[in-house]
Amino acid sequence: MKRIVVAVALAAMLATPAAFARNVKIGFVTTLTTGAAVIGRDMQDAVNLALEQIGGKMGGLDVDVIFEDDGFKPEIGKQKTDKLVKSDDVDFVAGYIWSNVLLASRKSALDAGKFMISSNAGASQMAGKFCNKNFFSTSWENSQTPMALGEVLNRKGVKKLYIMVPNYAAGKNMATGVERTFKGEIVGKDMTKWGKSAQLDFSAELSKVKASGADALFIFYPGKAGGAFIKQYEQAGLVGKIPLYSVFTVDSISLPKLQKGNLKGVLGSQSASFWSPDLDTPQNRKFVSSFKAKYGRYPSFYAAQSYDTIFLIKSAVDAVKGNLDDMDGMRAAMEKADFPSVRGKFRYGRNHFPIQNFYLLQVEPDADGVWTTKIVETIYKDHQDIYASKCKL
Amino acid sequence: MNSTLVISQLLNGLQLGVLLFLLAAGLTLVLGIMNFVNLAHGSFYMVGAYLCATFTLWLDSFLLGLLLAIPAMLLVGVVTELLVVRHLYRRDHLDQVLASFGLILVFDSTVHMVWGPAGLTFVLPAVLNGQVTVFPGVEFPVYRLLIIAVGLLVALGLYLLVARTRVGMLIRAGAANPVMVGALGVDIKTLFTLVFALGAVLAGIAGMLIAPITEASIGMGKDILIITLVVIIIGGIGSIRGSFIAAMVVGLIDTLGRSYLDDLLKLVLSNQAAETSAPAISSMLIYILMAVILYFRPEGLFPPRSR
Repeated sequence: MKRIVVAVALAAMLATPAAFARNVKIGFVTTLTTGAAVIGRDMQDAVNLALEQIGGKMGGLDVDVIFEDDGFKPEIGKQKTDKLVKSDDVDFVAGYIWSNVLLASRKSALDAGKFMISSNAGASQMAGKFCNKNFFSTSWENSQTPMALGEVLNRKGVKKLYIMVPNYAAGKNMATGVERTFKGEIVGKDMTKWGKSAQLDFSAELSKVKASGADALFIFYPGKAGGAFIKQYEQAGLVGKIPLYSVFTVDSISLPKLQKGNLKGVLGSQSASFWSPDLDTPQNRKFVSSFKAKYGRYPSFYAAQSYDTIFLIKSAVDAVKGNLDDMDGMRAAMEKADFPSVRGKFRYGRNHFPIQNFYLLQVEPDADGVWTTKIVETIYKDHQDIYASKCKL
Repeated sequence: MNSTLVISQLLNGLQLGVLLFLLAAGLTLVLGIMNFVNLAHGSFYMVGAYLCATFTLWLDSFLLGLLLAIPAMLLVGVVTELLVVRHLYRRDHLDQVLASFGLILVFDSTVHMVWGPAGLTFVLPAVLNGQVTVFPGVEFPVYRLLIIAVGLLVALGLYLLVARTRVGMLIRAGAANPVMVGALGVDIKTLFTLVFALGAVLAGIAGMLIAPITEASIGMGKDILIITLVVIIIGGIGSIRGSFIAAMVVGLIDTLGRSYLDDLLKLVLSNQAAETSAPAISSMLIYILMAVILYFRPEGLFPPRSR
């Protein structure tokens, strides 16, 4: 009996989808377990906030967002993408924190003719040789931010630089980026183990940094590794000796924890980014204040990009008035980047990566004493990644 | 190569080794004596880190945090043994692997529910946050020296406990022939509970010590469990002396590999090739070591004589 009931229920489930009016279906792949879950949560919160603000509608249709967890692993990310494309038949696949997950999942989404929107990962290959008419980014190409930071290092007169990055696709892109613009000598470079059993104890590497005679240390440690790194940087006695410059490390994910632990060494440290909570654009003011009101904390850049993702998709669906079969119409609409973005008005390059400004940020307490990043100056205006020229679109 | 860097790298390796020993000691005892495969051993490492961080933040004192977290870990160990593990000693290894894998999921989700997905961290007291000159020209973080000291003390205490006390004698006897020990009127069940809880406390201490360096985070136990398994396999399952030596060797090889492999490879390869292959090879080093040791000594370096 039980078996028959289950069978009937299953059959009913299989039969239903086609019968109703279409919804806009968005699959959102991020990391919801492991230590990186805190990033995934920030993205999820931003997506939910955006949906709430647009009343859950795009082009007159209801919107369904299906969140999937990649477990911080490329192979799982690919499986989840396959599932979203094949069994959920989504219209847009979005999300992706990690470049290696994005690269592994790329074919599953794009070969099936779906739109793929990266809300964070900016693997250089996606901007160059793998660029695709249906791929869009609401973030950046990986090496742009470290290139901006390299310019800052030159201006500050840094002659000898030590580089530490995790050993995976994005880590390599970050190192390449800073090496491209930094004019001094690279005195040392370490690539540490990353992924599910990432290295979090940097004792050996920090001893090398100390002995290297570098005048600055460049790091890229997203998520929980960032907090761990900064603590050990302080414990190793490098504060005030070898200044720390970072990309995607000191952010609204790591700062609350560092403040809770009273690690004052991070105050005043500088980084580069396309965005900061205090960036003065109408959409960003609305985003940051409503995010803080709803969740009681500062959003991270991951959240900002995810928020933009929903508005980008909305601009596409609105443009075709809900006719989701009009792929060309939606693509043309997205190419115009005609949506309220947290970064203000920007345009897309031909590889569908934003051409945007990059700023120098510094960690400071806000009016309430909460540690956050503030924009010091603009490093690049309307900067385009160098891979765009390799894109054959 | 400069000698001050070599000395600090040796100390770094020693510190990692000590930490691995704390984890391996408990795991090897439980596997050697109770013949129980405990994949959830790493969870005690995680729980120890979270408890210590929580108590430290509450009481605003790392020392009090440690002192409170240790008995709390004992309790966690005893409860886990009584509720779950006790019923699995007589089952085969596959059942034990499944059940202890289930325990990992339970611990991870519980931590997620109680503390949330973000990790937990705290700052060391100023005394411990600095550096000290160990040799002329070699500055080393005070806290890492403390870890080495604590680890060596625990190792000594464990040696004395097992080799010199009545409980230790029973533990050794229990490892050789639990049925006979039971027949002689010793309460073998309580003994097992004690040994299991001791293992949990040791793993917890390792977690407590690492928390101020990295942070308490979900999944930290799973990451370290694999290396711990390598350590006990190299050392010989059931041997505390073996796991001590294996832990030191693994700690040193891992650290020295991370520090010097790229320089060594640059002698034979191009800069570019050395840069990309060094991280890959250094993360494989300890597994290569394990394979080599197992080829020559399939039972590990110091297999206990009883079996």
